[in-house]
Amino acid sequence: MERVPILKIGDILLVSIQLDMSDQTAVALQEDLAERIVVTGCHGVIIDITALDIVDSFVGRMLSTIASISKVLDAETVVVGMRPAVAITLVELGLSLNGIRTALNVERGMELIAAARADELEYQLDDDPDAETATP
Amino acid sequence: MTAGVDLGPQAQAIRSDEDVVRVRQLVRGVAVAVKLSLVDQTKVVTAASELARNTLVYGGGGSVEVTTVDNGRRRGVRIVFADSGPGIPDLDLAFTDGYTTGSGMGLGLSGARRLVDEFEIETSAETGTRITVTKWSR
Repeated sequence: MERVPILKIGDILLVSIQLDMSDQTAVALQEDLAERIVVTGCHGVIIDITALDIVDSFVGRMLSTIASISKVLDAETVVVGMRPAVAITLVELGLSLNGIRTALNVERGMELIAAARADELEYQLDDDPDAETATP
Repeated sequence: MTAGVDLGPQAQAIRSDEDVVRVRQLVRGVAVAVKLSLVDQTKVVTAASELARNTLVYGGGGSVEVTTVDNGRRRGVRIVFADSGPGIPDLDLAFTDGYTTGSGMGLGLSGARRLVDEFEIETSAETGTRITVTKWSR
């Protein structure tokens, strides 16, 4: 079985799916990614699907599950690079990709993760009265 | 109308995950050969992926045959999925969005039907399930 490589770039894990995945490969990616989030302590996951010709209900469900798992492990997931024909087909298929954030490309995906992270940190600081003086 | 490349029927067994990937590639090849638009190629390959997975998971494996069709005005791709599994006892229920007896999302059958132009299904406990779908070029 082939495996999808997971790259670490700073605080982000980048997964660029370059092959037509079998269902087993998709399930393995889900598990590998959960493992890597915990080991690296990364707070963001970007899944680049630019090379995917189709997203069927199985892969769609895998993307939703990855987003949920990473949320529980304190990481944000953004799916980037969806082709227009794939988006049209997904909607007609009836798949809503619940809970998945999307961005047009990797760069915007990184911005989205940084912004979500900043919001969260601010929220945590607001909760802590001692931290107020430390905030610039 | 000019005669395109005529591909004879192409068959593929569906016995494993990897075969589902092969079905997608086979259907894409034929869809490109009959000059479906990119969106229509994507739709028919997605539908084939859902139905091939159903053949594997619910039908216990089976086979697929992909052919080109021509009605004089338009060309298209026709795909027949056949298994000798237990059949589908309640078709209305099986076509309901979100209904599943397995671990999927319950979008396979109903979603696949929306993505193609023609959809026929014959199913029984004795003979298994046979699904024929067709997608025409615009």
